[in-house]
Formats: sequence, C-alpha cells, structure tokens
Amino acid sequence: MYEDMVTARLYEERLQEEYMEGKRPGFDISAGEVPGELHLAAGQEAAAVGVCHHLRDDDTVTAPHRPHHVAIAKGVDLKRMTAEIFGRETGLCHGKGGHMHLFDPDVNFACSGIIAQGCPPAVGAGMAAKKRNTDSVAVAYLGEGAIDQGGFLESLNMASVHDLPVVFVIEDNDWAISMPKERVTSPQDGSARADGFDMHGVRVDSDDARAVYEAGAEAVGRARDGNGPTVLEVQVHRRMGHFMGDPETYRPEEDQERAAERDSIERLAADMREFGIDDEELEEIRDRAAERVDEAVTWAKQQPLPEPEAAHDHVFTNPPSGVTDEEPEFSDAGAAAGGDD
Amino acid sequence: MSSQEQQQTGRTATMSDAMVEAIASEMRADEEVFYMGEDVADYGGIFDSTTGLLDEFGRDRVMDVPISETAYLGAAVGAAQAGMRPIAELMFVDFFGVAMDQIYNQMAKNTYMSGASVSVPMVLTTAVGGTYNDAAQHSQTLYGTFAHLPGMKVVVPSTAYDAKGLMHNAIRDDDPVVYMFHKRLMGIGWMPAPDGPKTPVPEEEYTIPFGKADVKREGDDVTVVTLGLHVHRALEAAETLAHEGIDAEVIDLRTLKPLDRETVLESVRKTGSLVVVDEDYQSYGVTGEIISSVAESDLDALEAVERVAVPDVPIPYSRPMEDAVIPGAEDVAEAVRSVGE
Ligand SMILES: Cc1ncc(C[n+]2csc(CCOP(=O)(O)OP(=O)(O)O)c2C)c(N)n1
Repeated sequence: MYEDMVTARLYEERLQEEYMEGKRPGFDISAGEVPGELHLAAGQEAAAVGVCHHLRDDDTVTAPHRPHHVAIAKGVDLKRMTAEIFGRETGLCHGKGGHMHLFDPDVNFACSGIIAQGCPPAVGAGMAAKKRNTDSVAVAYLGEGAIDQGGFLESLNMASVHDLPVVFVIEDNDWAISMPKERVTSPQDGSARADGFDMHGVRVDSDDARAVYEAGAEAVGRARDGNGPTVLEVQVHRRMGHFMGDPETYRPEEDQERAAERDSIERLAADMREFGIDDEELEEIRDRAAERVDEAVTWAKQQPLPEPEAAHDHVFTNPPSGVTDEEPEFSDAGAAAGGDD
Repeated sequence: MSSQEQQQTGRTATMSDAMVEAIASEMRADEEVFYMGEDVADYGGIFDSTTGLLDEFGRDRVMDVPISETAYLGAAVGAAQAGMRPIAELMFVDFFGVAMDQIYNQMAKNTYMSGASVSVPMVLTTAVGGTYNDAAQHSQTLYGTFAHLPGMKVVVPSTAYDAKGLMHNAIRDDDPVVYMFHKRLMGIGWMPAPDGPKTPVPEEEYTIPFGKADVKREGDDVTVVTLGLHVHRALEAAETLAHEGIDAEVIDLRTLKPLDRETVLESVRKTGSLVVVDEDYQSYGVTGEIISSVAESDLDALEAVERVAVPDVPIPYSRPMEDAVIPGAEDVAEAVRSVGE
C-alpha cells in the first residue's frame, strides 16, 4: 500500500516537471510534450490505495478527471498509461484519450472527464456482475464537488433499489476548482447522501490510509458478499492547484498549509516506523517506486507519435460501409465490382 | 459602426474584456440581470468570462453554483420566465449533455409551447473549441447542434468588437440566446490568442443586430464563409492566397440563428465559388446548411463548392491527430485553391 502511494506521489511530481517542459516562459497550456489540461492528485493517495487494494483485476473502477493515483492503485499498466499521457501511439488508448480518459480493459479501469458520469457505468458493471452471478464489484470514484450531480444521485438510487455490488468513493478535498463545498453543497457530508437512498454510508475523516483500508475492506466486502452498495467518503487534501496552471488566487494560504501538513504518506510512514519498519526499508521502497516511475516515463517518451491519419480509426468497432479504418484501396477489380473488398 | 469607425476608437480590448464590459454595463442598468455558473465568482470564469464582476456586484448577482447543470440552467429558465434576465454559463459546451433537457426542451421550447404567453429572456454562455489537446470531452465546437434545434438564437463572436455588441443584444433579447465563445479567442493568459480578435472597442454601449453577417475581408475570386476561430484562420489563408493572386472574400456569420443567407448569396453571386469552413463536425452541420441555402436560392450562381470541417470523428487527444482533424489555415487555402481551379 505504501509503495503504491509513494509511486503515485513520485509519478505526479515527475509529470508536473514533464508537463512544464516547453511551456515556459509565459505558461502556454497548448505547448510542450504533454499539452491540454493536467489534473494532479498529490495528497489524495490514501483514498485510492485504501479501497483499490481490496480489488481484483475483474473488479471495475471508474475514475474521474483526476485519475492517476486511482489507476496506479488499481494496477493499470504504468508504461502504457504514461505513453497515453504523452500522446503516443502505444499508449493505452493509442493517443486518442489522454490523461482524463484512460481505458485499461485488462484491469477493468475507465475514466471520464465529465463530472459524476463514471457513476452510471459503475452501476452497469455491478448489474452485469449480479446478473452473471459472479462476485466481482464495481467502484466509482468522484470528488465532493460531484455529489450534487444528477448522475451520482440517480446512480445511488439504482444501486440501492437493485442491491448492486457498487462502492461510491468520494474524495473530499474541500474544493471543486475554486468553489469551497460550504458555498455550493448542502448538506456537506457526502456519506450522508447514502441515508436518503437507504444504503450504507461512512466517512473517514482523516488522511489516514489505514482507516481507509479498513473502511474499504468493509465496503468492498459488503458488495462482494451480495449485501449491497456503500457510499464511502474520504477526507483528502489537494496539494496542488485544480489543474496545472491554476493560479489558485481563490485559495487561502492556511488551506495550502493544511494540505502540506496533513500528508497521508508521511502519516503512514510514521505508523510503519512505529511498527518497527526502519528508514532504510522505507528508503528502499521509495527507490523502487522512483525507478518504476522513471522507467515508465523514459519508455513512454521513446514511443512514436501516432500518424495524423490514425485520427480516423476507432470511431466504430464495426465500421459501417462508407466509414473505413483504412484509406480505401481502389484496385481495378474492386472498382469494377463497384465496391467492397 | 463600420470598420472605419472601429479603427478610430483607438482603445483595444481582448474578447473576454469586451464581453465582460457588456455584461457589467447591462448589470448596472438593470437589477434583474444576474450571472450564474461554476467558478464565475472568485475565479472570474475559467476562460475569463466574468473577470472582476464579483468585486462590483457581489455574490447575489455573480453566483457560483453547484456542479449541477440541470439545476442551475433550469433555474435560469425559471427565473427568466419569472421576468428576470439571467445569464448562465456552461463552462464547456461539451457538458451540455448532463442538462440537455433543460436546454432544448425547456429553455428553447417554452415560448412556443405556451403559444408565446411565456418568454425566456436568458443568455446561455459557453466555451467552445479545441486546438490545445484536451481530447474529445473538452474540445467540441457543436455550433450545429445548437443551431439545429429550434427556439434559441445562437451567437458566435470572433472579435472583441463583435463580442461586446452581440452581448449587449443577447442580454436585451426577449428570447433565449446561446452565446458561444471560442476559448482560443478570449485572450486568456494561459492560452495565447491570435492577433485578430483583439480589436478596437468603443467604451460606450452599442449593439450588433442578430442575423447580420460581416464581410471581414473583401475579395472577388472566392467566397469563404466561416465563424469563430476559423474567421482568423480564413483571413490568414486569404493573406497567403493574395500572394498567389487569388482574392478571397471572408464572411463571418456572427450569428447562426438567425442566419444571414443574403450576404452569403450576394457574395457567391459575385465570386461564383464557395468554401465553407467550420470547426464543428461536418455531417449535418453549418457547412451543409450554408451550401444548401445557396443552392436552393440560386443554383446557377454556384460554380464550385468545397467544405472544410472536422471529419466525423471525436476530437483526438494527441497533437498530430488533433492537428489533422481541426482545419488549419493551410487546409482553408488548399480548399480555396481547389475551387479556383
Ligand atoms: C458536468 C461537468 N461540469 C463541469 C465540469 C468542469 N469541472 C471539471 S473538474 C470540476 C471540479 C470537480 O470538483 P470535485 O468533484 O470536487 O473533484 P476535484 O477536482 O476536487 O478532484 C469541474 C467543475 C465537468 N468536467 N463536467
């Protein structure tokens, strides 16, 4: 668990550096090797590993626009995910998706950049598991800003009324871009939403990965045993801006300081020391994580960019006639026969 | 005001400044005008669409709302029906899906269904466009979707001068107006704009009537019809073509509903050739509409036609592919050359 948290943190730090390459001076979001928006999750790792460490590859996770830590905890292929973020041909989505839209069917991981819209597909995955009588579960991640969205609330009802194996994990980092939850959400306790839908709700009010792990065990176990859905809310702290380039002028200094102080990784490290794990061992874990991150980024950057024409591929799995994956080849025979090869 | 008069005003502004100036002046003049959206208060709008409004008008009139597009866009409809003049911002047009019922069944149809006993004097502002590698859920242009559905007026400014005049009009209009601004034109610090949209803007109020296209460049050889960002790409292409001895006329539609078919037709009667350029998907869109209206009115005037739009694929993330699908100045020039042949 600690190793995944550290990997996620180092990964985000590395991406932050890589993202800034080519963007300065005068920050330009469309410049550099990794253009577009980049939402980093440093400070939110406990919510990812605390739940995902109870999951198997056949369990489904849907993540929102801030997905890397969850992807790492779920076991998404780090190299191909990185290649995707760098827009490479060998990326998870062949360069079509980018950082907010990572799909790894090998471990049943998917993302959406539209707020709360990962919830309904998670309900669908839960429904499939129930219909097929398997014991796999589905987990939908969302931010506290997403809990006012219809897609979330409608999903809670569906999951509850059909008793589906779904866990909704709310990462409460107090902010939805510049909007603090007290100004836009009532009531603010996301886990309390569960009450209205006659399902279990629990809130872990600290950045404590061990407490999340315990709550995650219970929620995932309940779903796996056929005992229905749970809303699990976890207090986390967003250490960075909403997205890279966010001037954060809305955010009071104290809030940033609190985020720096309440660090779940340091907290877990302290716990581990108490259990007799020495600094050397922690350092080894860190080195392993750093190496893994470096390998992934180095590999990704060596990968080829897609050909421009590849933009036309993959619109359909089964392209209708007239829409082809390939440039049409007009061999004489084909042309004479009037068409299809 | 003619373009000569525009030149004389001296003071230039970015498109976002010009928009905000019109909103502020309407808010000063009429207590019933208010603005709501995500991150519009403290942040000042992710795309600088409300910079400074909170300071002058306070939270009652510049309201951050929950991430609940159905609720707040629908609330704008309700407030408008109650006689207020709300402006509601949908941060990216791509998010319309979560609230489309409020937009196209309520906002757009209530006037008609009520036999005009109800009116809906609201403005829906929204950011459109790609060119910064933000992938398929954050880069769409969707002019065609909104203009296709009856009951709402659709406005697409391409310069600061137009942005201000059209915004004054939009707020004063007794019907719902969708005001679609291209991110790349706003003059945001982190997304450099081309030079074109920053134009002289008079300090005083003025309106630009809906349904009046603007001839942004006069020419005798080919008519290029476009809107939004692509006005600037077409003008750039026209400059290149001028060196090759091709004189292109560039028409900026400025509003899609109502649509100024007359100006387009007049120009085609003069040049004989038509190129329509759009950043939206090609099928069932603006290009088809413009070409068919010219063909219907005066088929004989039309010697050659080309359209340049996004092929029917979602906007891909990776740069080579995004560049391939979003028309550039060179694609426009190529199309103009081909109709000139
Ligand atoms: C339907 C929809 N509305 C608005 C947005 C723009 N948006 C992206 S992230 C975000 C804030 C999300 O806050 P929260 O859910 O708390 O997640 P966090 O960013 O804090 O992780 C907003 C408003 C969007 N992507 N989708």
